[in-house]
Parts: sequence; C-alpha cells; structure tokens
Amino acid sequence: MIHSLFLINASGDIFLEKHWKSVVSRSVCDYFFEAQERASEPENVPPVIPTPHHYLISVLRHRIYFVAVIQSEVPPLFVIEFLHRVVDTFQDYFGVCTEAAIKDNVVVVYELLEEMLDNGFPLATESNILKELIKPPTILRTMVNTITGLLMLLPLRHSPLRTRNPRLLDDVSFHPCVRFKRWEAERILSFIPPDGNFRLLSYHVSSQNLVAIPVYVKHNITFREGSSQGRFDLTLGPKQTMGKVVESVLVSSQLPRGVLNANLNPSQGTYTFDPVTKLLSWDVGKINPQKLPSLKGTMSLQAGASKPDENPTFNIQFKIQQMAISGLKVNRLDMYGEKYKPFKGIKYMTKAGKFQVRT
Amino acid sequence: MSTSSAFNDEKGGSSSVGEPEYGHDPASGGIFSSDYKRHDDLKEMLDSNKDSLKLEAMKRIVAMIARGKNASDLFPAVVKNVACKNIEVKKLVYVYLVRYAEEQQDLALLSISTFQRGLKDPNQLIRASALRVLSSIRVTIIVPIMMLAIKEAASDMSPYVRKTAAHAIPKLYSLDPEQKDQLIEVIEKLLADKTTLVAGSVVMAFEEVCPERIDLIHKNYRKLCNLLIDVEEWGQVVIINMLTRYARTQFLNPNINESLLEEGGGGDKKFYASDEDEDEDEEKDKKAEAVTMAKRKPYVMDPDHRLLLRNTKPLLQSRNAAVVMAVAQLYFHLAPKAEVGVIAKALVRLLRSHSEVQYVVLQNVATMTIKRRGMFEPYLKSFYIRSTDPTQIKILKLEVLTNLANETNISTILREFQTYIKSMDKDFVAATIQAIGRCATNIGEVRDTCLNGLVQLLSNRDELVVAESVVVIKKLLQMQPEKHSDIIKHMAKLTDNIQVPMARASILWLIGEYCEHVPKIAPDVLRKMAKSFTNEEDIVKLQIINLAAKLYLTNSKQTKLLTQYVLNLAKYDQNYDIRDRARFIRQLIVPTEKSGALSKYAKKLFLALKPAPVLESPFKDRDHFQLGSLSHLLNAKAGGYQELPDWPEAAPDPSVRNVEVFALLERVTTLTSVPEWTKCSSREKRKEKKVEKPFYSDSEGESGATESADSESDSASGSESGSEDSRSGSESDESKEASESEEEEEEDLKTKKNKEKPLKKPVQESESEQSSEEEVRKPERKSKQSKSDSESESESESESESSESESEDSEDSEPELKKKKKGAPSKPAFKATKKDNKKEKKEMSLLDLDDFEPAPSPQVTPVNSFLSNSLVTDLEGLSLSDSALMPATIAPSSALKSYELLHRITGEGLSVEYCFSRQPFITDANMVAVQVHFTNNSTSDTKSLHMEDVKLQSGMRVKEFPEIELLPAGETATAVMGIDFCDSTQTANFQLCTHTRKFFVSIQPPVGELMRPFFMTENEFKKEQGQLMGMNEITEKLILDVKCRNEHAIVQKVTTAANLSRVPCGSDKECSTPPPPPKYPVYRFAGRTVTSSSLVLVTVATKDQGAAQLTVNCEKMVIGTMLVKDILLALTQ
Repeated sequence: MIHSLFLINASGDIFLEKHWKSVVSRSVCDYFFEAQERASEPENVPPVIPTPHHYLISVLRHRIYFVAVIQSEVPPLFVIEFLHRVVDTFQDYFGVCTEAAIKDNVVVVYELLEEMLDNGFPLATESNILKELIKPPTILRTMVNTITGLLMLLPLRHSPLRTRNPRLLDDVSFHPCVRFKRWEAERILSFIPPDGNFRLLSYHVSSQNLVAIPVYVKHNITFREGSSQGRFDLTLGPKQTMGKVVESVLVSSQLPRGVLNANLNPSQGTYTFDPVTKLLSWDVGKINPQKLPSLKGTMSLQAGASKPDENPTFNIQFKIQQMAISGLKVNRLDMYGEKYKPFKGIKYMTKAGKFQVRT
Repeated sequence: MSTSSAFNDEKGGSSSVGEPEYGHDPASGGIFSSDYKRHDDLKEMLDSNKDSLKLEAMKRIVAMIARGKNASDLFPAVVKNVACKNIEVKKLVYVYLVRYAEEQQDLALLSISTFQRGLKDPNQLIRASALRVLSSIRVTIIVPIMMLAIKEAASDMSPYVRKTAAHAIPKLYSLDPEQKDQLIEVIEKLLADKTTLVAGSVVMAFEEVCPERIDLIHKNYRKLCNLLIDVEEWGQVVIINMLTRYARTQFLNPNINESLLEEGGGGDKKFYASDEDEDEDEEKDKKAEAVTMAKRKPYVMDPDHRLLLRNTKPLLQSRNAAVVMAVAQLYFHLAPKAEVGVIAKALVRLLRSHSEVQYVVLQNVATMTIKRRGMFEPYLKSFYIRSTDPTQIKILKLEVLTNLANETNISTILREFQTYIKSMDKDFVAATIQAIGRCATNIGEVRDTCLNGLVQLLSNRDELVVAESVVVIKKLLQMQPEKHSDIIKHMAKLTDNIQVPMARASILWLIGEYCEHVPKIAPDVLRKMAKSFTNEEDIVKLQIINLAAKLYLTNSKQTKLLTQYVLNLAKYDQNYDIRDRARFIRQLIVPTEKSGALSKYAKKLFLALKPAPVLESPFKDRDHFQLGSLSHLLNAKAGGYQELPDWPEAAPDPSVRNVEVFALLERVTTLTSVPEWTKCSSREKRKEKKVEKPFYSDSEGESGATESADSESDSASGSESGSEDSRSGSESDESKEASESEEEEEEDLKTKKNKEKPLKKPVQESESEQSSEEEVRKPERKSKQSKSDSESESESESESESSESESEDSEDSEPELKKKKKGAPSKPAFKATKKDNKKEKKEMSLLDLDDFEPAPSPQVTPVNSFLSNSLVTDLEGLSLSDSALMPATIAPSSALKSYELLHRITGEGLSVEYCFSRQPFITDANMVAVQVHFTNNSTSDTKSLHMEDVKLQSGMRVKEFPEIELLPAGETATAVMGIDFCDSTQTANFQLCTHTRKFFVSIQPPVGELMRPFFMTENEFKKEQGQLMGMNEITEKLILDVKCRNEHAIVQKVTTAANLSRVPCGSDKECSTPPPPPKYPVYRFAGRTVTSSSLVLVTVATKDQGAAQLTVNCEKMVIGTMLVKDILLALTQ
C-alpha cells in the first residue's frame, strides 16, 4: 500500500521522510515539484500524480504537503483519508501541525508513523489507542494524563442518544462506535464512546427543510466606466436568530485586479486591504440588530483601465452561541453500565462553514 | 570547536549526574574532519550502560533517519542494543533496524535470535512486535525463519498476533515470491478466522498475494459479509473492494432484464423516481413488473448477493470517505438499478470534505453521471462552484454539471455558467465555455441560446475568453452552418483583433468551409491574410492555404491571383510541412496538362461534407475500471490492478458458499442419547467433536470443502460468523433471506402473513452485538422470540421460526423450548423413515449381483441404520419444517454418507443427494457407483429428469442415470449412475435438467470411495507390502482417540473412511492353535483402486498408550497421501 511518506514545506524542502518498505529515493519528489511548478496555486497540485515507477498521492494541510508514495493499485481515497488522519493525529499530539512542531517532536512523529502503518497498511489510527502506545510530548502529557484518568471508566458505558425529529436529518455519517442498525431501526444513537474528544456524527439538513440563513448582506458595489473611482457599500444584518447574537463575524473578499486601493469606513470593527493580493478583510465582531454594521467608501481604480466585469464574492464567517440553526435538538442522553452519575451537558452552536455571497 | 565537542564527549562518557548537553543537530558530527570519527559520540553513548544515554543517542539517530541523513555506519553500535531492556530504547532500535537491515544483511542476522525469543514470549504484544520487526527485516536468508514464525503466529491464541501474522504475509511474499504456495495455505487458514481484528488484514494479504484464488473466499463469504460492519475502517475498504470482484464472478447481473430494454440515457427518469423510497412492497411490485416485462426467465437475486448489498449499505454512513466510496462503487457495480440511488446522497456528503477528497469523489461522480444521470439530478446544487474552490475542483464540478444538464434544468445551469464566465480564474472560464459548448450540442433546444451567448463573449475584453469562444462556436456552427452566416460574418471581422493562433485558425477554417455562405467576405479575408501570411503561426498558415484552396475551387475568378500569391509565399516558408502542403495543393487544384485524374475531384476532396465533432465527456466509458480505484482516476491500468470481471452468463454453483452447521448436529446428538450413535459413522462423529473446538483447524476446513452440505439442515440457514452471538443473528437472518427468495419463486404457495413479519426483523436480529450490550438486548430478543413462536403454532412451522429457535437454543438458555422442538418434528419423520426403508430394500434387491462377494468386516454392517436414519430425518425436520412432513429421502444405510448435490432452495423445490453405495457398477467395472436420490418438495410435478452437458477432466467417464420421466410432487426417486474418476478426486461437473430448469452440479468423491475391497491373507499382504516400499509408502504416527482404542472401533473407523476390507490376522496359521492376542495388535486392510486396480494397503499398528502408526502402501502416491490424511483424521477424532 503506502510505500513511503515525504513531508514537504511551502518552500519545497523535504523535511521528513519515512519508509515502510524498501527505501524509495527522495528524488521521486522531483515529479511532485514539477507538478507544483505547473500549478498556479498551492492547492492546485493534483492529489494524484503518476510517475514512471510510482504514484504520488498528496494532501496539503497547514501549508505542508504530505506526499505518499504508492507502487501499485490502491483506492486513492484510502491514502488521502489516511494522510488526513495522520495530520489530525499530529494536531492532536502537538496542538498544531506545523513544520516546527513536527521537527521538534521528530521522534514522537516517527514512532507514531511506525504505529499507524505496518508494511504500508493502517494498523492503529485511533487517537485513544495511539495514546496508549505513545505518550504525547511533555507539556501536553500532564494535561492529557489527567483527562484520560478521568475518562478511563468510560469505555464500559453505553449511551443511547435520542434526537428529536430525526426526519430533519437528511444525511448523517457516524463515528465507527455508533451502532448503525440501531439508528436505522429506532433512530437512537447507541454507542460506546472512545476516550477523549471525538465527532460522533455529522449531519446534513435537506434542502426541503429550508433553513433560514441567519445573516443577510446588502451591497452596492459599482465601478463607473471611464472613472478611476468605484463605490463600495456593504451592510450586514441578522435574520431569524431567535434573539441570539451573531458574533465573530468576519467578511473577506477578493477584489478585482483593477482595484488599486480602497478607502473605506467601517461603522464597527476593523478592515484591511492588501493592494498586492487584493484581499479585503473586515473583522466585524458582533452584529447589533439596532445598529447594523456597514463598510462604506471608495475604491481607487487603475487610471484608464476599463471597468472590471466581475463583481467580488464575499465569504462570511460567523458564530451563534446556544442555537442550532438546523433545529437539531438532543432529546435525552441515557447511560448504561456505569454506577456513577455523570454530568450531562449540551452546548449548541452555529458556525458558518463555507458561506459565500455573490454580488 | 573540536575541543568543545571533545569536551562533550568526555562528559558524555563519564558524567554520572544529569544528561549531558549535546548539540541538537546530529549533523554536528560533521565538524570532525575525518569520516572515520563521525558519530563517535553517538557510538560511545550507545555503548554506555546508561539507558538515558542510549535513549538520547537513539533519538538523535532517529532524527537523522527522519531527515534522510545516512546513519548506516552506526549499525553495529545500534544492533547491539536490540536486546536492551528499556522499552523506549528498544522501540527506536527497531525503527533503526527495519530501516537499515537491508543494507547490512550480515550484521542484521545478529538480531534474529532476539526476535525468535520474543516470538515465544507470554505477552501477546511482545510476540506481535517481534513478528512485526522480524518480518520487516528484508533479509533473504531469514525467509525460512519468517515462514515458520508466520505459520506459528497464524495459530496463536491472541487475535492481535494473528493479525500481525496476516500483515507479515505480504512482506514475506514481496521478499520471496517463491513462498506463495505456503503463504496461500496460511491465508486460507486465517481467512477462516472469525475475529474482526484479523479479517481486514488477511483479506489485504489475500489481495496482495493471491487475488486470483477467488475459490478461497467461498466458504468465508457469508462470514465476511456479516463481520464487515465491525471490522476496522481500513479493513472494510479492502474487504468491500474484494467482495465486489467476488460478486462479479459468482452472481448474475441484477440488471440483466433492464439492460435489454435500456435505451441510453432516456430510461433514467423512471428509475430515479423511486430511488428514495426503500419500501419493500414497492420493490416487490417493481420486481413483479420486471418479471412480467421480461420474456426471459425471471431474475432472482441470489440470497448471498442480497446479503452483501444489505450488509454494506449502513457503511454509507461511515465517517471515513474511503469506506463510503468503497460501498458506493460496490452498489454502482453490483446493485439493481433501482437501488443504486442511495449512494448519491453519501457521495454528495463527501463533497463537504477536504479538497483532495472532493477531487477523487468528483472524478467518480463524473463517471457515474454518464451512466446514471438521474441519480445525482436532485443534488445539482451541490455541484455549484464556489469562487474559493481550487481550479481542479472547479473543472471537475463543471464536468459533473455538464453531464447532469438536460432539457428541464438547462436554464438553471446556463444561468450558473454565466456567473462563472465572470470569474477571475481564466482557466476556469475557458473550461466553462467548453462546457457551454457541450450543453449546446447535447441539448438541441438551447443550441441557439448558447450560440448567442458565446457570440456575445466574442466581444469580451479578455482575449483568452474570445479565443475559447471561437473554438467552441466553430464546433457548434458545424452542426447547422446555413442558419448562421451572420455569425460567420461576425467572426470574420474578429481576425483584425484576435491574436490567439488557435482562434484565428478556427475562424479561417470556418470561412473556408462555409465560403458559399459568405461569398463577399471570404475573398477579402484571404486578401488580409495574404498580407500578414509571413507573420502568422504555423497552424494559421496552414489554414490560410486551406482557405485559399477552397476559395479557388468555388470562386476562382476573384481569388486566383491571391491563391497563387499565398502558395508562392508558402513555397518558400521555413516550415517544411507548409512547403509540402503548398506543393501538394498546387498540384491538386491548378489544372495543368500533367495534372492527374485527382484534380477533377478536388472540389469533392476539399469541400466534402464534414461530420460535426461530437463533444464527449472525458469520463465516458471510464466505468470499465472499478470505480474508486487508482486506475479509474488515472484512466490507465495501474500495477496490480485487478480487472473487474464481467457478470457470468449463468451463475456458478451457489452451494460452494454453504457452510456446515455444527451446532445443529451437536444439539441433536445430545438430545437423542442413543448409545449406538457413538458407533454410527466416523464422519458424523468427527463432526460431533468439532463443535467443541472454538476454531476450525486447517484440515477440517479442507475436508469441509468436499463434504460441503453434509447435514440435512437448510444450508441457507447455515452460515456461521463471528462471535456466537452474531452467528445466531445471522443465521436467522439467512433463513429469512431464504424464505424470502422462496416466496418469490412460489408465491402462491406461501402465506402472505409470513411475508410481512420476517421482512422487518433482519435488521435487528442480524445486528452483531458486543457482549457488553448483551444484557440489554436479551429481553428484547426474547419477546420477539415468543412472538414468532406463537406464530409458528398457528401456522405450520415456518423456516424462519425453526432456525430462529436454533439461535435461541445455542445460547442454552431455554431448555424447555429445546425439548418442544425435538418432540414435534421427529415423530412424522420416524414414519417417513420406515416407509422409506422398505422402498429402499426393494430397490436394493434389483441391484442384486452375483459376481461380487463383498467382504465386509462385520463391524461395518450398520446395526443402527434405523436409528441413525431417523436422526437424519430429525435433522431435516428441524430445518426444513415444511418438507419434513413429506416422505423424506434418506441414505440407504447410515454407514454411507449422503452428500448434497442440489439444495432444495436452489433447486426450486427439487432436492438431490448422492451417496457412494460401495456396490460395483454393473455396466462398467471401472466406474464408481453413485446413488442419486431425488426428492420433489415443490407442489408441481417434475418431468424428465436427466443429465446433460457433462464436463470432465480428461480420462474420466460417466454413465448417466436413465431419465426419470416423472417425479410427482412430494415423491422421491433413486437412480444409480457410474463415474470413472480415473483414481483421482477430481470433480465430475454436469447439468441436472428438468423439463423447465437446468442446474449446474458437481460430484467430488472422497478418496476412500475410489477403491473397492480386496481380499487377501496376511502373508499375501506382507508380500505385496514389501514391493510397495520407498516412495510408495507413507507412514504417520498418531495418538488414537480415547474412544477408538479397541479393535472394533479402529476397524470401523478405517472401513468407513475408505472402502477397504480387513485382512484377517493370523490367517496363515489357520491350523495351529490361535496364539494369544498380542499386546499391541496390528490391523491390516486391503483394497484396489477402481480404475487401475492398484493395490491399496493400510496398516494400523497400535502401541503403548494409544499411540499408533499408520502406514499406507499404494502405487498411486497421491491417493496414498490423501488416504493417510483421511484415515488419520478418522482415527484421531
């Protein structure tokens, strides 16, 4: 399966290599560098690159390429999913997954990689099993130890979780600890939780249950032909948030290439505009329904150039505490096989994923 | 600098307090001028007796390895620490060893003994890690050691060690492919393992070592299906992919009827409409519909095929994208069309994952959308493109959107495309224009709209956009040029501005091709081009020559001079292609005296009607690669790719997947408590033993293959799997499946009440529970049980009920129920037996033979035939509740074992068994007589039962049984056929035909049936034995089973296992007084093989404390070897 792994940083240095079978020369990465050169953006490097004798399958996370070398047929998703699991594990162990963190903990990294694959086939990829085999580095170690100590009793328990209105959920995917059949039959989530944090389920709300997007955007962005000035006017407002505050709002946008600079005035928060990358970013903070945040002003355009034919797209991030915009509610949580009385709590939060507004 | 490091060295060597400070960079070793001294500090640390120093050194060495620095010169120093007590150090030494052992083979051998010791450690983790490292050391010399270690670990108590053994198999295989055969044996053994931990790893080994040995999967198929949900994620992927291939070889195409009716993409609509609804009723309706529609024989899905589909479906909800993709491809390749729809939602979900995941999923979705567009139509919006998507994702999404476009959604899609054209990502814009072109060609209604849109783009400021539009418009115009002369005119004007060569070439070609539509403009364009000819790119020049030629042919008046001028320019061009073209065209179009016959046809040549290009998806036909595979992604076969086979024309024998139900037999034996039972037949006894063992050993698995459906129990209900608990679940599940499929076949026969209940249950019953949950689940199950019990009382015992009660029994919790079960069905069975026995006797007399005097030892003669027969029917009563009331077929004598030839379910009511009657075959002495029993369990008569299409290995012959004209419903019949097996255990394959159906069946003889008894004296025996020494003699030592240490038992065991007669002992001393029986008697048996009359001599010499020695002398070594194995088994179990 997976022959070797190379970690490559943004400047194209191979800073870690690991082989599970015979050693593959790092010159194989040259094919990767070629592909990297051809790609206009870092994320446009094809995830699968065929070379005369090998196949390179890579993922890009935290500005590090994780390049796996494959020699024969294997489902590409198998490798990709595994590489992401490696990154998640590093993050779990070192808090961050950066070149510096990996270099500082190279021995632990090596031990982890040794345990995660045997002869290129995944062996132990669950964080709780790995943590039994290899201790996280010292700073985190003490913390994790106390936490695992607390949770040690948990593997015995078995908790069905009832969700209200399961019809709402259009599509769900589960952590392997969930019993699929019980869910199918009774719409009860029955599971034995592993140690530590884990994602029990992810769901998707079908488009039939129209979920109101809690933020609206009013915009007026115009470029006049012949003039070197453009007008910029953006206002945000909350929508159906049941009295909850929309917070941590961040608006970002790639402005057209013709824009030289922007002279804007935010009613709240701060904004930055990078004249090189043309990236506009406005940190709004909370949205106050009484006083809607707005960003107004002018953009200076290249003199003489004709007006840009595209209008910018806005990416909007936000959070709403104590509310699940999908309407999902956890009905109850029962625990079996444990004598002690657990503390149960649930925290709802809505967070924007990839939310884009076209203008 | 060197002084400071020397200081460090000193300190490292002598310091006793705290850890010394070392330069963090291990490359700092480089400060020494000579290589000789490199890493001296590390060596010293490794030699010290302080674990902390060793650990520090190892950490630095591992850091070097990680950075790709060479640390091989440290090998001797590191390998010394392989036996280090400190686990941390040891781990790192292992890391080092695995990395460098290949380069330093001789030194690496020093470490082997440590691992060999580790293999025997009481701690399973140490055993596993020893095997892991040992098998990772790629040193050829240790191949035999690895082989031994793997074999041993494969039967380790700990499943974790067995898993490691499975991992080690491909390692050894890549090191030495010669070991394949031995490794396959290990794989076969591990495949039979019932723990989820092992399943994934062994299937991975199977895929790497022997993916072609699909036959190894048969017996494990149902188990794998049932274990699947509890296997770890990575194993799931491997198993699902393998099972996809397996299913393609074993089952029939579920869409066989639809594929006849299919008319390309048009048929998709109907199928989509129902894919959300998983209602069983509806499904049934649809099936019925399909049946009536198709005039061919109705398709009935193999229950095993259904099992696979049902057990993989929940995994669509796995969090692991690879698992979801694996299930999706399984459904795409194996499921009936109406059920494939379920995968769409799951795949769309993966689009919210990392971009690499999206990349792979979109490629697969693109392929799927070509075949099954309707499936993804409801998710159209999920493929809309975000401005932040990477370009490669955008282009794939465009591909999918284009494939999804049809008359109803095209306006939405075009509106979406319009916004994409404004994007700043120019590659993406170009791809969008191409996509619009494809939509326009595929959907006639929007062709004009698209064309107009593209023409508007011609005035775009971005030249690339314009160029791409020109190229696409050119393709579109080729479809209806006459309608669009104004567009051609418009494009002609563009030649003034547009510089992209491809676009210019396209415009020129268009004008030339359709010069008759733009008669005024065309010459003017040529004039301009002639002016700029020398500055054009090559492709443009070629098109100028083309344009000139075409104009000359249509409008020579105006363009003659221009053409001459262009051709002259071209004649002196730097590019020889252009020069050639000019010369060629001149000859062709300009009439001279010498010009050949071709010039007459010049116009036809140049202005022939050219077919419009077909704009096709690059993903068309990519589905001949297994979806989700690397080969599919690259659209090229990757190394090690296993082709997805085509569906077979006719399904291979499904009974190969049957597995014996040992639990069932055990229960009966304990219940009946017939003392004779123990004597009955060695084979049955063997089975009785087996149940007590938790795992089936290797040899048993093998014999199971030949014995196959030995018991009378419903084979469909007999699959076993995983833990005991999950087995009980799956058993009932299976039987329901069986009953379901039966309902489809004989719908009028079965009650409808029965139908609804079993349908709901399997979901819960088959769920394999972990023991921790057991307590919670039990009450539930019980209540369900009682429900089904009451149901059974009102109706005749249904199948699901009977097998469910078995699963209940196996938990040994309801003794009452057990008794009840036993009482009910056995009574009628008894009657049936009696009746049958009479019949049998009559038939036997017909076969009465005078030329043969069998010399059976008295022990063989079954004293207990009646009782054991009733047992056989008992078994039947338990599993085949309905048919138990009918006269059942049984073996004529308990000593003869019956084998199943055709199961009742697969035979659609007709069940056939066979046994080796051990009588000589009348017509041909070289044939083995095979007695075949037919039972018609269905409600209709079966007519003209006969054999057809006999497929044999070379040399084999078959004397077919006479045709049976009529087998009325519920009746049985017996026939005798002769097979000349050529003294080998090869199978005889043939078709069993009725007036309506044909069944593929096969007969494979146990080796013991390939011989007939031969009478000889002890002296003769010894003489013959003396001539069959050396290679012809096989000797095995054994310990006799406690129960068979007396003469009676031994003789009986041997004669049951093989058709031999006993050589009377001491017969040479007839006259003298019989000597006292020896302390350790020797038993001799003799026979001759049926075909070649080779002698087979068997000697069992007993020794102290049940020890014995078995000797077989036979000219045919293969027969000898197999016979030893069989007799050994009979005597030891």
